[in-house]
Amino acid sequence: MSGELTRRSAAELAELIASGQVSAVDVAQAHLDRIAAVDGEVRAFLHVDAETTLAQARAVDERRAAGERLGPLAGVPIAHKDVFTTADMPTTAGSRILQGWRPPYDATITARLRAAGLVIIGKTNMDEFAMGSSTENSAYGPTRNPWDTSRIPGGSSGGSSAAVAAYEAPLATGTDTGGSIRQPAAVTGIVGVKPTYGGSSRYGLIAFASSLDTPGPFARNVLDAALLHEAFSGHDPMDSTSIDRPVPPVVEAARRGDVAGLRVGVVRELGGEGYQPGVLARFNDSVELLESLGAKVVEVSCPHFGYALPAYYLIAPSECSSNLARFDAMRYGLRVGDDGTRSAEEVMALTRAEGFGPEVKRRIMLGTYALSSGYYDAYYGKAQQVRTLITRDFDAAFEQVDVLVSPTTPTTAFPIGDRVDDPMAMYLADLATIPANLAGNAAISVPCGLSDDGLPVGLQIMAPTLADDRVYRVGAAVERALEDRWGGPLLAKAPELAEADR
Amino acid sequence: MTTTPSLVPYEEALARYEPVLGVETHIELGTASKMFCGCATTFGAPPNTQVCPVCLGLPGSLPVTNRAAIEGIIKIGLALNCRIVEWCRFARKNYFYPDMPKNYQISQYDEPLCVDGYLEVEVDGETYRVEIERVHMEEDTGKSLHVGGATGRIHGADHSLVDYNRAGIPLVEIVTKPITATGDRAPLVARAYATELRELVRALGVSDVRMEEGSMRCDINVSLMPRGAAEWGTRTETKNVNSLRSVERAVRHEIERQAGVLDAGGRIVQETRHFHEDTGTTTSGRSKEEAQDYRYFPEPDLVPMAPSREWVEELRATLPELPAARRRRVQAEWGLSDLELRDVVNAGALDLIEDTVKAGAAPGPARKWWMNELSRRATEQGVELSALPITPEQVARIQALIDEGSLNDKLARQVFEGVLAGEGGPDEVVAARGLKVVSDEGELAAIVDQVIADNAAAADKVRAGKVAAAGALVGAVMKATRGQADAARARELILERLGAS
Ligand SMILES: [Zn+2]
Repeated sequence: MSGELTRRSAAELAELIASGQVSAVDVAQAHLDRIAAVDGEVRAFLHVDAETTLAQARAVDERRAAGERLGPLAGVPIAHKDVFTTADMPTTAGSRILQGWRPPYDATITARLRAAGLVIIGKTNMDEFAMGSSTENSAYGPTRNPWDTSRIPGGSSGGSSAAVAAYEAPLATGTDTGGSIRQPAAVTGIVGVKPTYGGSSRYGLIAFASSLDTPGPFARNVLDAALLHEAFSGHDPMDSTSIDRPVPPVVEAARRGDVAGLRVGVVRELGGEGYQPGVLARFNDSVELLESLGAKVVEVSCPHFGYALPAYYLIAPSECSSNLARFDAMRYGLRVGDDGTRSAEEVMALTRAEGFGPEVKRRIMLGTYALSSGYYDAYYGKAQQVRTLITRDFDAAFEQVDVLVSPTTPTTAFPIGDRVDDPMAMYLADLATIPANLAGNAAISVPCGLSDDGLPVGLQIMAPTLADDRVYRVGAAVERALEDRWGGPLLAKAPELAEADR
Repeated sequence: MTTTPSLVPYEEALARYEPVLGVETHIELGTASKMFCGCATTFGAPPNTQVCPVCLGLPGSLPVTNRAAIEGIIKIGLALNCRIVEWCRFARKNYFYPDMPKNYQISQYDEPLCVDGYLEVEVDGETYRVEIERVHMEEDTGKSLHVGGATGRIHGADHSLVDYNRAGIPLVEIVTKPITATGDRAPLVARAYATELRELVRALGVSDVRMEEGSMRCDINVSLMPRGAAEWGTRTETKNVNSLRSVERAVRHEIERQAGVLDAGGRIVQETRHFHEDTGTTTSGRSKEEAQDYRYFPEPDLVPMAPSREWVEELRATLPELPAARRRRVQAEWGLSDLELRDVVNAGALDLIEDTVKAGAAPGPARKWWMNELSRRATEQGVELSALPITPEQVARIQALIDEGSLNDKLARQVFEGVLAGEGGPDEVVAARGLKVVSDEGELAAIVDQVIADNAAAADKVRAGKVAAAGALVGAVMKATRGQADAARARELILERLGAS
């Protein structure tokens, strides 16, 4: 039973728990067992605390026994990216500078999901402060891709994608600043969604780049992702950039899952050179599939998308150089060199030198430079202008079509260590995902097959701001058609991980 | 080694140089909660008891703008005749300091909320229009306490403590345009500006503007140029000047000091300077030439502010009568000369007199008591007039007792004395001290007869036509009644009885 439970979808688990066939404690224990069995190999988690998890599960069972009406995901385990504050577990953002920090408060997302009865199964690994595309920038070592443990699981939310793909959790949260949900979802063969910016609260999310950071869901299927999306979304008065509008009907759209009559635009600029042939082949298959399902497919051009990557690498580092200034050893986290002889400034400098990894330092320096007086207009100012042009590209495209599609990533999962010495190569992993971050609109990655190397490929579907339901509708349609063709989910093709003896 | 050029006497300095001033004023708004979180703002709370994840800058926390603070700044902007912009943003000012939780301050940079206003101030009967460049919003920092050093400064301290209670308290910064053509009145104009600004903000009710508690502080820019020159000189910025008197002294000192440097052929360094209350002098702080780059950029955690025109007009309609208008009104209502008005204002008696009038006293007597009797006592005790333990209502009550004839001025002074000594309200003091004008005609006549009998020599003089001698007899009556007789009536009775009327 226990092994079987971890293969179930979140919706199925919720149903089993609601009908009393299994308890939330059974489900939590099954996932804790799975983590114990495979996480030595996958290394998706930075923090697992069976007692805290089981206590949460027991509390859900008790609430249900007491007749309390619980949300549609009550009792279902969830893994949180270690960038969301949790009042009962440490939060490190993958950085040494926050090693052992226990936040005194819950992020809005963790608080809302707690209230909805989801059980926190642990905190997942990530690139330090969400800066990276492979989890190799984590201060705590890389996470491995369950499809091939010599390869990266994507990043920065690679711990979350690996945990869900390895059946250690049915659901996980992530954050997407330049593709950090969609890219890991694509390379691990699962579903990941970047909601509309402002649709999911950033309160309690340790900031990387404030104007881009977007919390979102990971799941093994589109409906589960929609259920999670709905559970944590909605206006948050604690976040000034949170949108005070009704949550788009994502669950309904995921259940509907049809594309008949829908206009689908293929983005000319996201494909071709730099994209792996196997990735392009699966993408072209998906486009044909959409057509066969009744969608009207046209090619559209977004001429400024080519400038998205450089603009992103000015805006995100600029914001991070300011956001990360607070890590100064004065109030929390690591403190280095405080031996009674050094000034506060020296302790700050020593702490930051030891506490931050090389990629974080690289981006702080980039951003500090880009914001400097005399350079601001040429760098940060210019990048903001590009951002406006990209938003206009989207606006123009969405006048012609309902959704845009592209490959989620240029390549499948690359080997661990392959790009660590080549930041530019690493940055290219987000080539297709960054435009939606700059414009703030919704996007999803759904599995669309295996490349020639036998590794999963993701299809990216983008919709206008606040039309998040559309990405679920199209994603669900593709998922249904492909699973019919394959006779099951793509993830079923992944090799079984060896379970360690316990 | 540099030698310090000597100061040039003020008049001499002014004869050769023309000063240009600028004032940047920080005012803490008196909102119940902080600028970007719900923490309380009570002054003097135990350290770090008014803090939360937001104002401590904990990882993950986010600011949300306090609407009451925006209301406060818009009111200040309107009262300063500013234009309230339709759209603007907060900006981050980045620099590292232990009392700044985020190591950036949320402020405003090139998009302030209020622009292009003015404030008129008066010095020696002449009006100066001080142009306001901008009024913007920012958050206060925490407060460092350096322990163990001799100076209380960070150098030489064993360790430092930081109190974040003030971190995130809303601050309004009001920046003037360069103030020129003030001649030898430059220090007075600066002081008058600070005074008028304080009165204005107090009238708006958006801050208690207590300079001694730091809820209003001024940075003073001064530069000198040779008389007749076309280009302004290099300016210095004297930081955190914390009283009106210090504003005047800081300007005066900088004029004298800079003139000394220029006379000696030196050049003024663009720098921040510290003002010393004890000596009235300034000393060099951080040089602007080695100043940091604050790397301002728009605050991405906050949506832009876009105050609707309707809201701005609603706020304009709530503005109270402003100090200048009020002064014009009371001057007319009370029939004061310009000089009398200025004395009242300088004595800090305007509110007190107006409240006394509101409590029923006529303006003349109300002003007389506060400006004479009570001002004298305040000076004796070395306290502000408003700090005397007597209320305008009590002053009005004493005047009412005079008006109805139960007290005369002399007795009234005893009542003031009693009230100030804490013996109770006017009526209680009157009762306890038995102070009452003797108005019973029979009783007074008997006392007069007795006095005449006891002072035969004086009485004879009066009978002989020396009316002036009656003064001694009136004095005796007053003495016998312990001052409670109506002196004028006593005099009438004496003259009547001695056939001299
Ligand atoms: Zn607070």
